[in-house]
Amino acid sequence: MSDLGANVVILGAGHAGGTAAALLRQYGHTGPISLVGDEPLAPYQRPPLSKAWLKGEADADSLALKPLVFYAEHQIDFRPNTRAVKLRRSDKVVELSDGSTLAYDILILATGARAIKLPVPGADLAGLLELRTAADAEALKAAVGPGKRLAVVGGGYIGLEVAASGRALGAEVVVIERESRLLARVACEALSSFFQGVHESHGVHFEMGASVTGFVGENGHVTGVALADGRTIACDAAVIGVGATPNDELASESGLETARGVVVDLEARTSDPSIFAIGDVAHRPMPIYGRMFRMESVPNALEQAKQAASAITGRPAPAGEVPWQWSDQYDLKLQIAGYAFDTDEVLLRGDPASGKFAVFHLKGDQIQSVEAINSPPEFMMGKQLIGNRKPVSKAKLSDLSVSMKEVVA
Amino acid sequence: MAKITYIEHDGTEHVVDVKTGLTVMEGAVKNNVPGIDADCGGACACATCHVYVDDAWKDKTGESSAMEESMLDFAENVEPNSRLSCQIKVSDDLDGLIVRLPESQH
Repeated sequence: MSDLGANVVILGAGHAGGTAAALLRQYGHTGPISLVGDEPLAPYQRPPLSKAWLKGEADADSLALKPLVFYAEHQIDFRPNTRAVKLRRSDKVVELSDGSTLAYDILILATGARAIKLPVPGADLAGLLELRTAADAEALKAAVGPGKRLAVVGGGYIGLEVAASGRALGAEVVVIERESRLLARVACEALSSFFQGVHESHGVHFEMGASVTGFVGENGHVTGVALADGRTIACDAAVIGVGATPNDELASESGLETARGVVVDLEARTSDPSIFAIGDVAHRPMPIYGRMFRMESVPNALEQAKQAASAITGRPAPAGEVPWQWSDQYDLKLQIAGYAFDTDEVLLRGDPASGKFAVFHLKGDQIQSVEAINSPPEFMMGKQLIGNRKPVSKAKLSDLSVSMKEVVA
Repeated sequence: MAKITYIEHDGTEHVVDVKTGLTVMEGAVKNNVPGIDADCGGACACATCHVYVDDAWKDKTGESSAMEESMLDFAENVEPNSRLSCQIKVSDDLDGLIVRLPESQH
């Protein structure tokens, strides 16, 4: 069914779109490939923006997925600063923001997600930042430094990574979180309190259970974050990290099936057989959990780029994966495998006070997910066990004197 | 700059000039050498940039950190000369380095 000469258009030049273009060539696709992105840069890695890059330990070259010359050398028509404004599926044409149109045989939607904006007064003040793009990161880097006061709205992974990098750069950091604990949507309580303790020991202040009612400013620039209890937290800049929403309007407006993300199958194909959707924008099946959901992670972007490129070039689909993600804060490496769906027990392995432990989320005697702090064996083994669904002994798993290899034996 | 030879599991050789300061992983990924996935981009978080360092080069590529050892311990098809290529920094001393790639990174 595959046609290696098909005309492929990829909308979105992030991690997913860029990887799909490169894989298509690696898998022998000979037809035209266009890669349309609304940023000025060729595809780059976003994770370092809140970590190594922000701290000055990585430069633009090292962020780039491929050197710019790669795209020309591999006949990939990369179009920066360009956005798709309309998808005309009946003609298989995309209308672009520069007024031109692109025809396609196969379309890949890799349009990602955008940061949610807080609908409060003062949200348009200068100095209010978000962190999705390299340009956002440039603005943030300029705003943090010794003695600068940084407010971080949202105690999720991005907020906490920014807080850690902000401290490393000498800024005063306050994290403002609506819930009563950090990482409330994504991590268990043990992990929430562990991270709060670590950040506090590095001098980060927290305002928990605090709702932001607005931002105040002078001369158009933010000077404080107003809270529901009447207080104002003074700041020189504020980063808003309260989640993201998929850029699925192009799809929904053209009648593709969407559900907070573009609905796709195991090949990353949408309800239109000529159109794929990959990465943050896709609402995809995850067979090990028997459900569909949307993920915002690099491993997910890479996996779906593989799925789409394989389907387009007639390769067998990649073996089903265990979703995973990571976060670096201070000298902590957090590695998470799986998602804690349908769990009935949380099991701690190791002592959080040692700075090295893992939290396993179980459904009966099967592991659904693991959160590992500075514990690669627990992460690596946990990931395998999530994938192969092998039952584990809880007694062994919670006993540090039994190695992870023995747990599985 | 160092000339690095990446040999795929099927024997296909890729000879690439890699800038000093990059990692052996980045040298492969940026030049589209297949066989090194490097899902995490060099954060030592995923063990998908596993390579076998040619014996003659084992000393020059240095020691692996405890984190790297620990990740490798649970990767597939590990050999005594296994390394995570994101943890090997390229220097002039590595000019001529040869690394072999495993059959799969997953």
